[in-house]
Amino acid sequence: MATVELRRIEKKYPNGYQAVREVSIEIADGEFLVLVGPSGCGKSTTLRMVAGLEAISGGEIAIDGRVVNDLEPGDRDIAMVFQNYALYPHMTVADNMAFGLKMRKVPRAEIERRVEEAAEILAIGPLLTRRPRELSGGQRQRVALGRAIVREPKVFLFDEPLSNLDAKLRVQTRAEIARLHRRLASTVIYVTHDQVEAMTLGDRIAVMNQGVVQQIAPPLEIYRRPANRFVAAFVGSPAMNFFPGQIADGVFETACGRKLPLREPAGLPDGPAVLGVRPEDFRVVTGGEEAAFLEVALDVVEHMGPETMAHFRVDGQDHVVRLDAAAAAQPGDAVSLGVQPEGLHLFAADDTGQRLN
Amino acid sequence: MKEPRLISLARHAVLIVFSAIAVYPALNVLSISLRPGNRLRSTDLAIIPADWTLASYVELFTEQPFLTWLGNSLLVSGLVTLTGVALASIAGYAFSRYSFTGRRAMMLAILTTQMFPATMLLLPLYILIARLGLVNTYLGLLVFYTSTALPFCVWQMKGFYDTIPASLEEAARIDGCSRAAAFWRVILPLAAPGLVITALFSFMTAWSEYIVAAQVMQDEAMFTLPLGIKGFQASLSSQWGLYAAASLLVSVPVVILFLSLSRYLVSGLTLGSVKE
Repeated sequence: MATVELRRIEKKYPNGYQAVREVSIEIADGEFLVLVGPSGCGKSTTLRMVAGLEAISGGEIAIDGRVVNDLEPGDRDIAMVFQNYALYPHMTVADNMAFGLKMRKVPRAEIERRVEEAAEILAIGPLLTRRPRELSGGQRQRVALGRAIVREPKVFLFDEPLSNLDAKLRVQTRAEIARLHRRLASTVIYVTHDQVEAMTLGDRIAVMNQGVVQQIAPPLEIYRRPANRFVAAFVGSPAMNFFPGQIADGVFETACGRKLPLREPAGLPDGPAVLGVRPEDFRVVTGGEEAAFLEVALDVVEHMGPETMAHFRVDGQDHVVRLDAAAAAQPGDAVSLGVQPEGLHLFAADDTGQRLN
Repeated sequence: MKEPRLISLARHAVLIVFSAIAVYPALNVLSISLRPGNRLRSTDLAIIPADWTLASYVELFTEQPFLTWLGNSLLVSGLVTLTGVALASIAGYAFSRYSFTGRRAMMLAILTTQMFPATMLLLPLYILIARLGLVNTYLGLLVFYTSTALPFCVWQMKGFYDTIPASLEEAARIDGCSRAAAFWRVILPLAAPGLVITALFSFMTAWSEYIVAAQVMQDEAMFTLPLGIKGFQASLSSQWGLYAAASLLVSVPVVILFLSLSRYLVSGLTLGSVKE
C-alpha cells in the first residue's frame, strides 16, 4: 500500500479548456478518499491523471513518494474499476482476472492462487469459466472488482463503479466495497457524483467544482461545516435552504425583513450575507418560548415513514423542513419555525460564497 | 397469428419468381458447361442436357493452363488480402483512436479516391506502374488492387474500432499492456468481424478483376483467372463450354470463403463487456 500526492496538478486541453486547476491532495497510506462533484467538475479527469490515462498538463503526481508523471499506466502499480466494467469480452472471468498478472509474468501457480482467493472473497467462484456477456450487471462489477484485487496494487482507483447498477444492488455493492477496503487496508481514490456514496465510503471527501477542490475533510465535517455555499448546497439531501439577507448588529435579516438573532456574532462582518439552514436544523416553535424566525404555510408534505419532509415558500423560493413523522403535518398547516443554533451557516453573498461563521 | 392461405401462397409465388430470376443465369452457365461440343444456344430447356458430358472440365484441367491461372489468382488475391487487412487494421485504428494534425483531411482524402470509378484511374495508375517497371509482374497487380481496395477497408475498420469502447484498452493498459500490446491482445481479437469483412472485400477486389489485369499482365503464363477465361471467348470461335466450366469453378473459392467465414460476419462479439 502507498501514499498518493497530487501537487498542484492541472489539466488543460488543446482547445484551451481547463478541466483541472491546481489540485493538491495528500492521500495517506490506507486512506479511502472520495472525489465528489457534479458532472464536468474534473473529478474523473483527476482520477485518470493518477491512472496515467490522461496526460498531466502541470504539477506532479507521486505514488509512494515516486513521481509517476511520465510512467505508463501499467508501470504505476495501480488497479482501476471502470463505470462500464470494461471486462474483456473475449476472455472468461478467470482470464479477465488473470490478464494483468500474466502481463506481469507472475508464475502460473501464484496467478491461480490469487484468482481463487479473490473469487472466494467476492463469491464469484462458480462464474470463473463464463464470459462477461453471460453475467448480470452486478456479477460483472464483482468480476471487475476481482480483476483489481488480484493485482494487489498500491492504489485502487474507482471511477463511478456503482452508477450502472440498480438502486438495491448499489447499496449492496457499496457495502461490499467498504468491507473490502477494511479487509485489504488499501489506499483508494474513488470518484462519484453521488453524495451518499461519498458520505458512507470516504475517510475523507474532496468536493470539486469547475476543476477546483472546494473542500477536503471527513464526511461529517463536510456536512456540518461546509467551507462554502457550493459545498453546502451539494452535500445533503434534501439540499440546504438558503436565505439571502443582511447582517447588522448581530442580527441576520432576510430580504423580506424576517430577523434571526445570531448567537455568536463576534467577528461577523456587517453587510450582505446568505443564511443556510439544513432541513433538519429547523425546529417547530410552539408559542411563547422564543420569537419564530419564519411563519410559513406548508405547501407539499412528503411522508417518508421515519420522517416527514415539508415544502414551503418564502419570497418565491422553495424550501424544505424536516418534521417529526408523529406530528402528522398536512398541506396548508401553518407552522412557526426557529433555527437550531448549531445548524446556522452563514456565507458570503459574493461569488465565492465563503463560510463566514 | 396465422396468415390467410391466399396471402401465404401469393408471398411464396412472388419469392419463387424472384429466386428463379436470380438463379437462372447461373443454371444456364451450368447447363452450357455440361453440353458436348460448343453449343451456346440450345432449344432444349433441360438444365442438365440429355447428352451431358464433363469433357469441358476435363479439357480445362488437362489441355488448358487453368491450374496456372488459378495459382496466379490465388497468389495475387491472397497477397492483396494480407496487405489490405494488415494496413487497414492499423490505419483504421489510428484514425479511430488518435487525434493528430491532419486527421480529418486525411480521412476525407481517402474518401475522395472512392469518388472516381476505377476505370478513370486506370491510365494514371498504369503510367505509375510502368514507371516503376512493374508491368507484367504480380507486384504490379498487388499495388494496383491494394490501393483501390484500401480506402474502403480503412473506413470500414475505423468504423468498427469506433464501436469498441476505449475503456477496454484503458483497462488493458492499466493491466500492464503497452498501447501496442493492448491493440494486439484486446482490440484486434474483438475486431475479428471487421477484419473478416475487410479480408473478404480485399479478396473479392482482386479475385474477379479483369480490366486492370488486362493492362498490367501480358504473358499468358502470368494471367489471372478472369484474364485467362476471357481468352476462351475469341473473336472467331468462342469455346463456350470451357468458358462456362471455368466460370463456375472460379466462383467455388469465393463460395467456400463466404461459408467458412459467415459466422464471423455475425457481429455482437463485444456484447456484455461494458455497459454504456
